Amino acid sequence: MKKSAIHIESISKRYAEVQALDQISLDVEEGELFGLIGPDGAGKTTLIKILVTLFSAEDGKASILGMDTNDSKASIRKIIGYMPGRFSLYPDLSVEENLSFFARAFDTTIEENYSLIQSIYDQLKPFKDRKSGALSGGMKQKLALCCALIHRPKVLILDEPTTGVDAVSRKEFWQMLHEIKSQGITILVSTPYMDEANLCDRIAFLQGGKILSIDTPSKITGQFPWQLFAIKSQKKYALTEWLRAWEKVSYCYAFGEYLHIAFSENAIQMNEIKEYLSAGSFSDAEIVNIPPTIEDTFIYLMENGNSR
Amino acid sequence: METVVKVNQLTKKFGSFIATNAISFEVKKGEIFGFLGANGAGKTTAMRMLSGLLTPTSGEASVAGFDVATQAELVKQNIGYMSQKFSLYEDLTIQENIDFYGGIYGLSRQEIKDRSKGIVSKFQLESVIHKLVKTIPLGWKQKLAFALALIHKPKVVFLDEPTGGVDPITRRQFWDLIYEAANDGVTIFITTHYMDEAEYCDRVSIMVDGLIKALGTPSELKTSFQVDSMDAVFQLLARGTANKI
Repeated sequence: MKKSAIHIESISKRYAEVQALDQISLDVEEGELFGLIGPDGAGKTTLIKILVTLFSAEDGKASILGMDTNDSKASIRKIIGYMPGRFSLYPDLSVEENLSFFARAFDTTIEENYSLIQSIYDQLKPFKDRKSGALSGGMKQKLALCCALIHRPKVLILDEPTTGVDAVSRKEFWQMLHEIKSQGITILVSTPYMDEANLCDRIAFLQGGKILSIDTPSKITGQFPWQLFAIKSQKKYALTEWLRAWEKVSYCYAFGEYLHIAFSENAIQMNEIKEYLSAGSFSDAEIVNIPPTIEDTFIYLMENGNSR
Repeated sequence: METVVKVNQLTKKFGSFIATNAISFEVKKGEIFGFLGANGAGKTTAMRMLSGLLTPTSGEASVAGFDVATQAELVKQNIGYMSQKFSLYEDLTIQENIDFYGGIYGLSRQEIKDRSKGIVSKFQLESVIHKLVKTIPLGWKQKLAFALALIHKPKVVFLDEPTGGVDPITRRQFWDLIYEAANDGVTIFITTHYMDEAEYCDRVSIMVDGLIKALGTPSELKTSFQVDSMDAVFQLLARGTANKI
C-alpha cells in the first residue's frame, strides 16, 4: 500500500437546503493522478475548497501529506498548488509579472523551479509582456498552471481546468498533466467530462454530494453489469422510440451516432434483437457488441443508486 | 424547404484582426445545425452577428427573414437564445422567470398564462413553480431555460454550449427536447464541446481561424476525412493558429 497524499474521511458539508457533500471518504496515493468526475452540483468544488483550506468541513476530516486541513492551513498552503475553476490571476499584470508574483509569494524564484514549468512556459514566452487579462482562454489556463506550479508543490489540485475548453485543447492540457505527474507530483483534478476519466490512474464518481464509485477506470467500467450493444440506423429517432418500448430493454441511451442498449436478462441472443429490429422495419440497423464506456457506467450507477 | 439562416461572405474585423472571415452557409427550417470550432476560432463573434448584437464589417446575413445589419431589432425579437453561462434569473422564482421572459418578448397576459401552463405541465413543475430558480437542480434549470428561449415561438434558437457540465442523463434528455423542437419546425443553431453531440446534428460546420473549414452531415465529414468519429474529424481540423495567441 502506497502512502496517501490526500486522506478524506467522512466529510460532510451543507449549504442551507443543499447537502453539498454527504459522508465522502477517499484516499489519493502519492504520485497518483486522481480524477473527481461528476456533473455541476455534484460537490467537486466544495470538496476541493475544503482540501485547499478555503472552507471547513462540518463533519469529518481531511489531511494532505498527514497535515490536517483545519489545524495546519498555513503549512498545507505551502506544499499544494491550486488552480481554481475561474481565472484568478491578476489581469493587469503581465504574464511574467504574474509568474514572479506567485514565485515571490512562495519565497522562491522563477529560476529555481523553472525545469518544472519550462515546456509549458516556453509557449507563453512570446507573450511574456502581455497583460494576462488580454490572453486567449487557452493561454490564460497555461499561465494559471505555471503559477500553481512555480513553488514545486508536492500536491497539485485543479478544479475543472478543462470546462468550456475545446476538444483539442483539452487533449493538450491532459498531456501537460501527465508530464507534471512524471515529475513525481500528486495530482487531484476535477472534471465534468466523462471521457477524461480514462486519462486518470483512479477516479471517484461524484453525484449529488455522494460517491458513486472509486476505482481505476477499467475496474469502474467493469461494474456495468449487462452485455452492451451499439445500434445504428438512419432512422435514429424512431429507433430510439422502438427500442424504449421493448420491455426487455433495461438501458437505452444515445452515444453519438449509436444507441447503446442493454438487457437485464443477460442471456439475450443477438438473433432475438435482430428479430425485434426487423419487426420494427429497421432492416438497415447495424448492431455490435461493445464494452461499456465510462459514461455508460456513470449513467448506470446514477440510475441504480449504488452510492456508498 | 424554407431557408431560415442565410449567411453570405459574413466578415468581422477588430482592427487588423479578422475574427470571422467571409463565411457563407445556409440553414433550413427545422434543421439542427452544429456550429463547432476551437476556442478563439470565431464562433462567438459569428453568433453575435447572427443574433443582431454585433454589426458585420462586410458581407450579409439574414436570420428568420430579417437582415442582421439593418434589422437587428427584428432579428432579436424573432430568435431565441440560451447558454450555459446565462439562462435564468437565479433570484426570481420559476413563475417570475416565465412572466419576465414572456413580457420581454412582448407576449400578452393571456399568451403568457397559456404558455406558462404548457411549460409547467410539460416539465411537471407544479410543486416548484414558486421556488427560487437557484434552489432547483441544474438539469431542471437548463430544460426550463430552453423552454423559455422558445416561449415567443421563434423560428430559430441559438444554443451556446447548453449542456456544459450537465450530467450524462440530463444531457441526453436535453437532446430529446432539441429533437422535439426541431420536429416542430424550429431551427436549432448549437455550439458544443461534446463531440458525441456533434453526431446528433443534421449538419455540422467547423470553424478554424475565422474560416469555415468543413461543412456537411456528420457522415459526410467522417467519410471525407476517413475517420470514424466527429471527435477525430475535429482533432484533425480544429487546431489553427489564431487561438495559440
